[in-house]
Amino acid sequence: MASVLIQFLNGLASASTLFLIAVGLSLIFGVTRIVNFAHGSLYMLGIYVAYGVITKLDAGAPGFWGGLIAAGLVVGAVGALIEVAILRRIYHAPELFQLLATFALTLVIKDLALWIWGAEDLLGPRAPGLRGAVDILGIAFPEYDLFLIAVGPLVLGALWLLLNRTRWGTLVRAATEDREMVGALGVNQKWLFTAVFALGAFLAGLGGALQIPREPAQLFLDLGAISDAFVVVVVGGMGSIPGAFLAALLIGEIKAFCIGFGTVDLLGHSFSFSKLTLVAEFIVMAIVLVLRPQGLLGKPWAIQRTGATHVEPPLRPATPALNAAAIALVVMLAALPLATTGYTLVLGIDILVFALFAASLHFIMGPGGMVSFGHAAYLGLGAYGAGLLLKKAAWPMEAALAAAPVVAAIGAAIFGWFCVRLSGVYLAMLTLAFAQIAWSIVYQWDTFTGGSNGIVGVWPAPWLAPRPAFYLATLVLCGGAIYLLRRMLFAPFGYALRAGRDSPLRCDAIGIDVQRLQWRAFIVVGGFAGLAGGLFAFSKGSISPDSTMSVSRSIDALVMVLLGGVQTLSGPVVGAAVFTWLQDTIARNTDYWRALLGATILAIVLLFPQGIVGAARALLAGRGRAE
Amino acid sequence: MSAILAVEHLAKSFGGVQAVRDVSFGVGAGELLAMIGPNGAGKTTCFNTLNGQLAADAGSVRLDGREVLGLAPRQVFRLGVGRTFQITATFASMTVRENVQVALLSHRRRLGGWWAGAATLCRDDADRLLARVGMVDQAERACSVLAYGDLKRVELAVALANEPKLLLMDEPTAGMAPKERIALMALAAEIVRERGIAVLFTEHDMDVVFAHADRIIVLDRGRLIAAGLPAEVRANPEVQQVYLGSRATH
Repeated sequence: MASVLIQFLNGLASASTLFLIAVGLSLIFGVTRIVNFAHGSLYMLGIYVAYGVITKLDAGAPGFWGGLIAAGLVVGAVGALIEVAILRRIYHAPELFQLLATFALTLVIKDLALWIWGAEDLLGPRAPGLRGAVDILGIAFPEYDLFLIAVGPLVLGALWLLLNRTRWGTLVRAATEDREMVGALGVNQKWLFTAVFALGAFLAGLGGALQIPREPAQLFLDLGAISDAFVVVVVGGMGSIPGAFLAALLIGEIKAFCIGFGTVDLLGHSFSFSKLTLVAEFIVMAIVLVLRPQGLLGKPWAIQRTGATHVEPPLRPATPALNAAAIALVVMLAALPLATTGYTLVLGIDILVFALFAASLHFIMGPGGMVSFGHAAYLGLGAYGAGLLLKKAAWPMEAALAAAPVVAAIGAAIFGWFCVRLSGVYLAMLTLAFAQIAWSIVYQWDTFTGGSNGIVGVWPAPWLAPRPAFYLATLVLCGGAIYLLRRMLFAPFGYALRAGRDSPLRCDAIGIDVQRLQWRAFIVVGGFAGLAGGLFAFSKGSISPDSTMSVSRSIDALVMVLLGGVQTLSGPVVGAAVFTWLQDTIARNTDYWRALLGATILAIVLLFPQGIVGAARALLAGRGRAE
Repeated sequence: MSAILAVEHLAKSFGGVQAVRDVSFGVGAGELLAMIGPNGAGKTTCFNTLNGQLAADAGSVRLDGREVLGLAPRQVFRLGVGRTFQITATFASMTVRENVQVALLSHRRRLGGWWAGAATLCRDDADRLLARVGMVDQAERACSVLAYGDLKRVELAVALANEPKLLLMDEPTAGMAPKERIALMALAAEIVRERGIAVLFTEHDMDVVFAHADRIIVLDRGRLIAAGLPAEVRANPEVQQVYLGSRATH
């Protein structure tokens, strides 16, 4: 009984932190409609800054508590700076670009922290005055955690007063309800947005700083924090503050009890609940999204924003010149092994594999209008499908590779069945949730998947073992698959898919079952990504959850597509080539490749919002007019 | 005249509000029936229950004798119903011709193909439909760049793609200039008469209604208050009262 109470209190303590991060994310989304991917980084920055300030001041209680507040304020100021310097320029850009820009910020902030504080974990001091523990039913419970439990409701109350009892709060609420209306009322929207972003950043920074006595500052805290915060915001309802609080409690408690139960014997099988912690919150989110897509306390959005303001030009079949160029490129690529058998071929294989991966994402994202934040799930399923069939079932390499797309397509069929019931940001979040679930299962199922170590010795058959042979096989398979994707786009299936993206209402009125259509598209691209995954596995010889199905792998694919330009068909291929080459070149030459990558992405988003191919096309069109 | 569409005792409420109560009417082949009424009379609700966009609470809607209540819009389409919307719903990123092609391909159940290019499929039929609505010279343009009146014409061509028995047109001329309205409705009337299509349309513009409707039904606060030939409806005192807003003395 006592241990249940303790688990409950533990859950409350972590719920407070979750709430502080999530409520800022929710506020920012409500007012600016930006899903701030960098919110977890602001949280992480909070811990680091608090550590820096407190260890510098070293002045007991005033230094500690002052340091916490100062950390929040510093992060709030960083937030304001980010809003003014970057986000303000992209409020009218497509949602995806906003996500990409904030993702780039996570890279920059991570390397900033690395540069200032180094790679070591930094453990801060304990809280003066709250160092001890209290006795609760015979179990010692840290005083500081009791303090944290109180922080959540206090912040909720303070925010409620701010939003309901001040003029500024009224404006924030009005902007959440109807942005254009606030603009029409003559409110200076710019500074309202800046202030809200700063407040959200302050709360995230404070949430981080408050963790100082509990956990060390570490560089990977950002991704964990952002996925937790996303889950809380989606479960609670985007833009709803009480929803964020309720969801934080729910998630906090579920996690605490999963850890608390530990390993339990269920019907003769030992079942580890603590292994469920990574998955539990995503399962909750998936259930909520399917049953109540707007979240527990959220309101359904009246009108979807996506597509309405950014209409693509019609697809035109390739010109003879473009076709000739494509054929020339393929011939050149096929001749590459004559020129070199060295590292260039390794890079070439990587680029081909990722070009297919990106092209498959582009297919559902561009023409299909479904943004997936978890596309790596299918790359991973393909890689693990091939790897496991080779190692555990002793299939020949060729058969294992052929099975990779099938395994991934089956996974996509299951995940996609849920995903196509949603749209926009909610769909993106559900794809992320499924990818995380897949990742967690692979990561924790040591006995079958090899856990975090993954599988080694996934080598191709002898006839494909020489590098040029494998390169050519990859060229044939990836090139063929990309060609097939392109054919599909210009076939009736592709027409129907674009129609479903443009107007589900019209589709329904002319007999098209949009959900079914999108589900089929999901399965198809899952299969293609799975093929890329199978090739990836055999090209590397080893696979791990992080190298194949991590969030950052999913983001890589998004960046490739956006880098090339989502409105063009060659975009994902160009994007994959540039991204893979950049990452490879930068990573070999500096410790700060993430920051450089982030800066590159930001430059692209701010300067070439149509991507590389889109910008090139605009340039050509401009020259054509001038002549 | 045998009824293509037979609506009986249709009812739909939202919460406590009865948007449509006990409405019955029929539309015959080749007939243009106008549904009019003040704002909030229940026209759009009635309309959306007919093709399955909204679930009705009670009543029956038969198409050629077949019950359609409970079917999804895409199933109602398969039974031969075309639909245009108050705010046009077209595929903005596709060309005018592609819009019609998609509807034709869907009607002929050929949208599953994934290898052969779609550009040449049903192209002649699409151009024929576009020629009929006067849009064939703009077939290559994207729907996103069309003038609103032209978009309405495209939508009409799309709605005709399944050779419908019944055409449902919700405010076909909304958002258009007065002159364009007359022209569009004249075109629609001409097409449906030559093809013997039954039409139910709602309309705010009384000039359009009295110029083209064969019969008129009037809704007020969810009830059907009058039905008949244009002249009869025009002379109906209850209709006059509703439209002249003298309800206060009612």
